[in-house]
Amino acid sequence: MTTVAVKPATMAQALTRAMRDAMAADPSVHVMGEDVGTLGGVFRVTDGLAKEFGEDRCTDTPLAEAGILGTAVGMAMYGLRPVVEMQFDAFAYPAFEQLISHVSRMRNRTRGRMPLPITVRIPYGGGIGGVEHHSDSSEAYYMATPGLHVVTPATVADAYGLLRQAIASDDPVVFLEPKRLYWSKDSWNPEQPTDVEPIGRAVVRRRGSSATLLTYGPSLPVCMEAAEAARSEGWDLEVVDLRSLVPFDDETVCASVRRTGRAVVVHESTGFGGPGGEIAARVTERCFHHLEAPVLRVAGFDIPYPPPMLERHHLPGVDRILDAVGRLQWEAEG
Amino acid sequence: MTVLEQRGAYQPSPPPAWQPRMDPAPLLPDAEPYRVLGTEAAAEADPDLLRRLYAQLVRGRRYNAQATALTKQGRLAVYPSSTGQEACEVAAALALEERDWLFPSYRDTLAVVARGVDPVEALTLLRGDWHTGYDPYEHRVAPLSTPLATQLPHAVGLAHAARLKGDDVVALAMVGDGGTSEGDFHEALNFAAVWQAPVVFLVQNNGFAISVPLAKQTAAPSLAHKAVGYGMPGRLVDGNDAVAVHEVLGDAVRRARAGGGPTLVEAVTYRVDAHTNADDATRYRGDAEVEAWRAHDPVQLLERELTGRGLLDEDGLAAARQDAEQMAADLRERMNRDPELNPMDLFDHVYAENTAQLREQRALLRAELEAEQGDQEGGLR
Ligand SMILES: Cc1ncc(C[n+]2csc(CCOP(=O)(O)OP(=O)(O)O)c2C)c(N)n1
Repeated sequence: MTTVAVKPATMAQALTRAMRDAMAADPSVHVMGEDVGTLGGVFRVTDGLAKEFGEDRCTDTPLAEAGILGTAVGMAMYGLRPVVEMQFDAFAYPAFEQLISHVSRMRNRTRGRMPLPITVRIPYGGGIGGVEHHSDSSEAYYMATPGLHVVTPATVADAYGLLRQAIASDDPVVFLEPKRLYWSKDSWNPEQPTDVEPIGRAVVRRRGSSATLLTYGPSLPVCMEAAEAARSEGWDLEVVDLRSLVPFDDETVCASVRRTGRAVVVHESTGFGGPGGEIAARVTERCFHHLEAPVLRVAGFDIPYPPPMLERHHLPGVDRILDAVGRLQWEAEG
Repeated sequence: MTVLEQRGAYQPSPPPAWQPRMDPAPLLPDAEPYRVLGTEAAAEADPDLLRRLYAQLVRGRRYNAQATALTKQGRLAVYPSSTGQEACEVAAALALEERDWLFPSYRDTLAVVARGVDPVEALTLLRGDWHTGYDPYEHRVAPLSTPLATQLPHAVGLAHAARLKGDDVVALAMVGDGGTSEGDFHEALNFAAVWQAPVVFLVQNNGFAISVPLAKQTAAPSLAHKAVGYGMPGRLVDGNDAVAVHEVLGDAVRRARAGGGPTLVEAVTYRVDAHTNADDATRYRGDAEVEAWRAHDPVQLLERELTGRGLLDEDGLAAARQDAEQMAADLRERMNRDPELNPMDLFDHVYAENTAQLREQRALLRAELEAEQGDQEGGLR
């Protein structure tokens, strides 16, 4: 038996590795975007790909998001598998028209004859002290568009596994990369990347019995920390990492909530019109008779993303999560 | 005298690193739209090509009339007629080889049909039973694009991909004069020029974007001039002269295929009918203008050439008309049948594999439909 060295790797390294392996395995995989070639992307996630595969397969495009995604549509029509990098969350908006008017519905409008296997990678979310337009959580916009898969990893293994799956998917995938987790490290064996659950499945990251925290992406580590802190208050929290917002895993989520009887949805995105509203409604519809309290939401405020010096007030932290958990003692209050 | 007017006070010189990237002169369009019909050059046009163009023009004219009639009968939700613009439509389809791709906008049904797509399938979008009736891969025709100019970057991407794969495939993308104001137009032209993608952009300048005249759309000398800023040639052509459009597009397609990069072609034409059957054109233009363009009709221009040179006699003209009549009768007959709709289609083409959410919703609709059918069969209980 050979022993494999399990080395700590960052999420960014796992993402790079995923693209590299996908490009090596399938010549139709093309990476494109602003600064992805020589520079390796502003977060260095595409580092080395242009050198290894040539500029035709890892292409520095003109500075034009609609053009990047629009040309990717044509490339996908001709049998390529474009992996598009949008430099930052708020700079993907010029490409919205292409995403919503064409990418998401090309399969549908052509009755299945013209699927578009495009992966749109978007670094998203706050917590890195970015200036305006560098910290948006735009997942609700993508979730509201039928025809797209919306995926967001929270662990190093998922970063690799989910990105490989996204690139291999015959449907367009919006792949949201929590940029504050890019440098998070984990023991991971890049020579034998572990298989992870498929897109569409949620995973219980921590078992517990008194309430469920439903979360994803950048908020997962915060929820894990909150769960640890809650022990001293006598709460044994379960933490579910959603991983995939579309398709949504009702089964895993509801199984957990039925077991614990209480749930809090946690995300950085705004609460009003945000993903938490959809998730809370689904849980209520399916688990009403198991619920001991209303499903609560801990979300970012309903404001444009704040300037860096104020973002710590906006982002849901351990204390806000614990407050919500406290409010789950509905009967006592009611 | 101001400081700047003093001799030698200010001598602008280019910054040290500046040099022109290329000589723009060869990229500039001619001052006048290029024409063949009615000039001496027409005598050299291939008789076979003239006859093929003519047959398609007559068919196209008849198709526009038939489709417009179908809107009056409620068979089509809407029809944007290309009457007066048939030369552009037909030349676009005939300038391409079989392996090439066409990227049409919503007005370009005729080009789609001339490319070989079934006339009924080409109308599916406008009839409303589905968005795209045809298989884009069968005749290499992308879906008719309703959002303006958004199909242009697709054409660039496809042409680029084909070149990367070593295929000598060209993409021809069609857009209106209004569409040239959209950001996607700019991004597509820029990508195409930077990548030297084998693409031809055909702007049908038909004078109006719904009600807005060209003067309110652009301040450029011509739309073809826009090409120069991107580093590609701009060509200006009489869009009602089928032979001229075919020639200019043919040159551009050959140039693209040979690795010469993209071209922007502006065809100057006119939309004789209203924007669609739902539009009232009298609100924004006068009869005199329309009549002047009717006198420059694409079908008559070509017909004059063919009969003048003795390439088509009365019998030939009658045969072309009869062929078009037959096509129209067939179209009418097939469009008057109710399309067979399958509500389950609603769920079947959203993802490669349905999500749990869609499976649930699909089951709900199926149950509703079954209950409906049961009600009908059993009558009112
Ligand atoms: C992105 C977008 N904005 C607005 C419209 C609504 N619209 C449909 S046709 C049209 C005018 C288009 O004019 P032009 O590009 O000149 O083409 P033409 O109709 O003359 O063929 C407008 C504004 C649209 N289809 N897409």
